Amino acid sequence: MQIVREQDVVPFRNRVRELSTKIGMSLVNQTKLITAASELVRNMLKYANGGKVLLETISKNAQAGIRLTFTDEGPGIADVQQAMRDGFSTGKSLGLGLPGAKRLVNEFDIKSTVGQGTTVTIIHWKHGR
Amino acid sequence: MERIPILKMGPFLLVTIQVDLYDRLALNLESDLINMVSKTGARGVLIDISAVSIVDSFMGRILGNIASMSRIMDAETVVVGMQPAVAITLVELGLTLQGVHTALDVEKGMGLLYEKMDIAEHPEQDEEEDQDDSND
Repeated sequence: MQIVREQDVVPFRNRVRELSTKIGMSLVNQTKLITAASELVRNMLKYANGGKVLLETISKNAQAGIRLTFTDEGPGIADVQQAMRDGFSTGKSLGLGLPGAKRLVNEFDIKSTVGQGTTVTIIHWKHGR
Repeated sequence: MERIPILKMGPFLLVTIQVDLYDRLALNLESDLINMVSKTGARGVLIDISAVSIVDSFMGRILGNIASMSRIMDAETVVVGMQPAVAITLVELGLTLQGVHTALDVEKGMGLLYEKMDIAEHPEQDEEEDQDDSND
């Protein structure tokens, strides 16, 4: 799914909600996943002028889950460790986006190359663990 | 352009957010509200978010901004009706909505605003009540 304007955020969140409802995820886990996705999509729009999100249903040990992969071709993050720290922001935000999103989901992976872009993958399982 | 309606109810402004806000809409609400506080001299702002299913750090920051700006304009802000899942998510995200008053529903929120107004306007009366309590 392409994200290029801020108006794309609400339909994107709805898609994530549909998918997580389909696998029977509870409301609290849905809310956590969608909030994390919302933070990541916002970062993509703000720092990379948008990008793509891949939405997938996966399963492991008979438990279903949702995997979201956010890919952008933005400037990349020079110091990923620093970006993952609470309260750090190069924009004028609260600096909660990346570390907050990580706390909300079960699995979180970030890869970034300066000048090429950033890929963030998050996984949230149906039962939230 | 789409806007969130702001209702005036006595000395307060009432906003019910019925849709998932995208950024532009939230920013408009912020400036509309502050202008309304200034124009009407409102003493309180009540924001009902019972229909809002997602509050991320941006939305949280807007709520915080509205509260700080209103306070400078001598109005208190109460956010009411937060869904339990939203509260759980906000705390895990690391957002504590500092400086924003909250109440369970519109009725309790109104009560809180009236209480705050009374205290501001009759501080001495409040002290007497406190004394009565300690004598008991």
